[in-house]
Amino acid sequence: MTTTREPNKVLSQIEYDVIGTRPIRPDGADKVTGRAKYSADFTISGAIYGKLVRSPHAHARIISIDTSKAEAHPSVKAVVTGEDLPKTVIGADGDRPKTSGEIAADLKYLRHQIMATEKVVFGNQPVAAVAAATAHDAEEAAKLVEVKYEILPSVTEVRAAMEDDAPVLHDDIEMTEFGEKTGRKGNIADHFQNKIGDPQKGFEQADVIVEREFNTATVHQGYIEPHSCTVHWRDDDRIFIWNSCQGPFNIRDATAEVLGVPLTNVKLTPQEIGGGFGGKFEPYGEPVLALLSKKAGAPVKMWMTRTEDLEATGPSPGSYVRVKMGATKDGKIVAGEAELAFEAGAYPGSVVEAGGECVFAPYDIPNAVVDGYDVVVNKSKMAAYRAPGATNAEFASETVVDELAQKLDIDPIEFRLMNAAKEGTRKVDGTSFPRIGLVEVLEALKDHDHWKSPIEGDNVARGFACAYWMNAGLQSAVNLAVNSDGRVSLTEGSPDIGGSRASISMQAAEILGIPSEDILPSVVDTDSIGFTFGTGGSRTTFATGYAAIEAAKDVKQQMIERAALIWGVAPESVQMDKGNIHAGNGAELKMTFKELAAEMNDTGGAITGRGSVNPSGVGAAFAGLIVDIHADPETGKVQILRATIAQDAGKAIHPSYVEGQLQGGTAQGIGWGLNEEYFMSDEGRMANSSFLDYRMPTALDLPMIDTVIVEVANPGHPFGVRGVGEVNIAPPPAAIANALSRSLGVRMERLPMNPNTVMETMWANNGSSNGS
Amino acid sequence: MKWIDYARPQTVAEAVQLLTERGDGARAMAGGTDLIVQLRVGRRQPDHVVDVKHIPDLNEVNTSGGGVTLGAAVPCHIIYNNDAIKDAFPALVDSASIIGGTQIQGRASIGGNLCNAAPSADAIPTLIALGATANVSGSTGERSVAIEDFCTGPGQNVLGADELLTSISIPAQGANSGARYQRFIPRNEMDIAVVGVGASVTLNNGSFESVRVSLASVAPTPLFVTEINDELAGKDVTDENIAKAGEIAKDAAKPISDMRGTADYRRHLCDVMTRRVLSDAITRARGGNVDAH
Repeated sequence: MTTTREPNKVLSQIEYDVIGTRPIRPDGADKVTGRAKYSADFTISGAIYGKLVRSPHAHARIISIDTSKAEAHPSVKAVVTGEDLPKTVIGADGDRPKTSGEIAADLKYLRHQIMATEKVVFGNQPVAAVAAATAHDAEEAAKLVEVKYEILPSVTEVRAAMEDDAPVLHDDIEMTEFGEKTGRKGNIADHFQNKIGDPQKGFEQADVIVEREFNTATVHQGYIEPHSCTVHWRDDDRIFIWNSCQGPFNIRDATAEVLGVPLTNVKLTPQEIGGGFGGKFEPYGEPVLALLSKKAGAPVKMWMTRTEDLEATGPSPGSYVRVKMGATKDGKIVAGEAELAFEAGAYPGSVVEAGGECVFAPYDIPNAVVDGYDVVVNKSKMAAYRAPGATNAEFASETVVDELAQKLDIDPIEFRLMNAAKEGTRKVDGTSFPRIGLVEVLEALKDHDHWKSPIEGDNVARGFACAYWMNAGLQSAVNLAVNSDGRVSLTEGSPDIGGSRASISMQAAEILGIPSEDILPSVVDTDSIGFTFGTGGSRTTFATGYAAIEAAKDVKQQMIERAALIWGVAPESVQMDKGNIHAGNGAELKMTFKELAAEMNDTGGAITGRGSVNPSGVGAAFAGLIVDIHADPETGKVQILRATIAQDAGKAIHPSYVEGQLQGGTAQGIGWGLNEEYFMSDEGRMANSSFLDYRMPTALDLPMIDTVIVEVANPGHPFGVRGVGEVNIAPPPAAIANALSRSLGVRMERLPMNPNTVMETMWANNGSSNGS
Repeated sequence: MKWIDYARPQTVAEAVQLLTERGDGARAMAGGTDLIVQLRVGRRQPDHVVDVKHIPDLNEVNTSGGGVTLGAAVPCHIIYNNDAIKDAFPALVDSASIIGGTQIQGRASIGGNLCNAAPSADAIPTLIALGATANVSGSTGERSVAIEDFCTGPGQNVLGADELLTSISIPAQGANSGARYQRFIPRNEMDIAVVGVGASVTLNNGSFESVRVSLASVAPTPLFVTEINDELAGKDVTDENIAKAGEIAKDAAKPISDMRGTADYRRHLCDVMTRRVLSDAITRARGGNVDAH
């Protein structure tokens, strides 16, 4: 059978002049020609090179650090240890900065993570650092720092860390339960609970109940560019940072607090970024290089190896998730119960609350309870990763939902439609949804030729899953300046990861009625724009775009006033649309945007506009994924044959970059589902800390991923934008697992579903231990 | 990063002299695709790198007489683009085309793969299956070593400090012969064999005349499973006999559990992959085509 394959569909509700078109991105030519400057490309005269001295142990007491041999190295300019960081006085400055990264962490812990004192709590943790004239000398000198350790037993898995007899990482962690301190010391930092209705009664109404326990491995964002930075602590006490990061202001603020210096002593100039996915919100080397730079009196540059980056920056948590759901025989989900325990890494503050919010969010469930646990383990502090927490949680719940549909013999998409959350549906946390587009996403996939096409071949099967992610709003600022030739300079503080210079410019262009090519966007340093929260939480096109709209409206109003001044008419009589300014009914008072811009300098000077927002109307994101797989029954290996993802974008500003997000998220979700994992040694070290053995999918492991952009306008944004960057990562693991249940008849309760674990699950089902 | 002396000899004699003078502190390098990575992570720390890829003798491919002699520094891309090799030794193409990616194959050599002596080496089981020998030059002369005797442990081989692998000789395989190499990896590229199987068969009408099977990644060195020939020689080519070979391979394997797979899973794969590889080798022996990947 042949079907019409339409790889990328946009189901558009409203058309605009600029929005929804596909102009070439402003940064494109530099990136494809290699001219773009990334963090490690940054050079400054007089720079010396830093290297961190790292712990070979996952958990150990530091007996002593002897830096004398390193200091005696002829090329070494400075050596620092954790003792060089300011002491944290609890109660004075022990609370975390007001504006830092996606995951709050206590300042004391942040300082300890950056350079440990007294003990180390994860493998490859920095304990000292050296700066030398060359990178090779720095590497050699780092080996001369002698650190004596007393090795302590380590724990790297969340459930093991929750046991009463588990090794304890910190003697000052006391479990908070439902917001109250409990006095219980150990590795569990927090226990929260959300509840709606009466779950017990709900399960009594259920005709079918499915309950499963899931375990997922720690994974990494896998951005191509490892962390690197250059820092110069100047003799005027300003600290200049050049790095690639997602949050220039977040890292500026955190670095200032870690160093105990006034906020604006630090200036961060973001370079082009080679991917972040949530992993570039926190400072790692920056405060250390600042200390080295101050001591040496020179700028210090450092880049991490892939091993340092994988083991000792911020991955995404391994987790335990138990989900129980009940439905009536006519297909109504009546009760849900979930328990989530997430690794926080070595310091409290995991994304378990986000996971708890996501776990049942796609469904209208009247009775549900969610318990979450934040647990420290001997791994580096977890950071955000694309819809952080959603993938872990929704792998579990979407598997259980699929099994309920199977048991009730209802089509998986139909079953989800019967229970889908809509405007007004209350979530477990008690809040209710504004207008959302889950139903439209599900219908788009139900109608898709992929879903309708036959499934052919041995061990070939189809799976489906959907997902929710809340998205973020937060603060953004944009400045516009009209030039006398009619082009408009746009300055913003959002590092451009996925084409946001284009999508932000396009929103300003739409308001001004000019081509997007006439907007010249720049991502500027932290001295040159108002506070802008980092690029993450799917917020940039939404919030920084919103600020651009506000700035453009500001410009537009001033253009109208300037025309009124020139024409000697009342501003109220002047209109501006599609870039043309005119007054009254007659044709005589008319100017183009360019003509008016040419008059500016003689009529009062340049017109500048400003936009600064903290929008609350964040539009929730939903995505659904269909995958066809082939699973080899003899080896357990899964091959993805076809994948189609649909997502509600609200309004796709630049559809190509929305499609890129959908495809990229799906690719990462497939990697998470199939092969990616932190493989920890018995000693608590990451054994596979390279991209050879940390197996992300290659081009040969993925099909071309088809996309459907659904547009259900977000009422909280002038153009209806919903963030699109994240939710797409969450469906693949469950969709693949659901396909596996139909291909090989196994229900996978572990991530990754690599060939080895698939075979082990099959053997366990057959009652044999090794397939013999 | 420590200082390393580098030499680029133009003849085998010159290379042998350098290796002899420097002793254990020297290491021969052809493509460098293993050695440079090992230097970076400190796994090998030679004082002296002897770059042998510019020695003309080590870059020769001689396919006269039905066999092939591969210079030790001949890179993979030369091998899988050589029509005579493609025709007579498709199993060698199987191996050469999956060692690293395309760029790596521009440098990486079969000789280097052999000397590096990784338990997971993709070329060695093929060479063992094909009955190849390693030709070695040293300060006291030349010798030949059967490939199955070449590796002595992970990263260890029989070469003395003064010795250099100069070439590998693969004998003509004769009529009704076919060979195959396949590895199992979780991804489809850029990976290390969880299990690799090289096999060659010579058929006599409907029965096995001889069978050579070698396994990668299931023992400290590539494993030559001679018991399979003992069982299958003279027997009919049947699914049952192929299954027996799988069972023997599984029993012969001595794998460890690590990040690439558990011991149980690897033993299981020895069975699966031996059956699949033998079937492909039989297809080739009968004149059929099996694609390299």
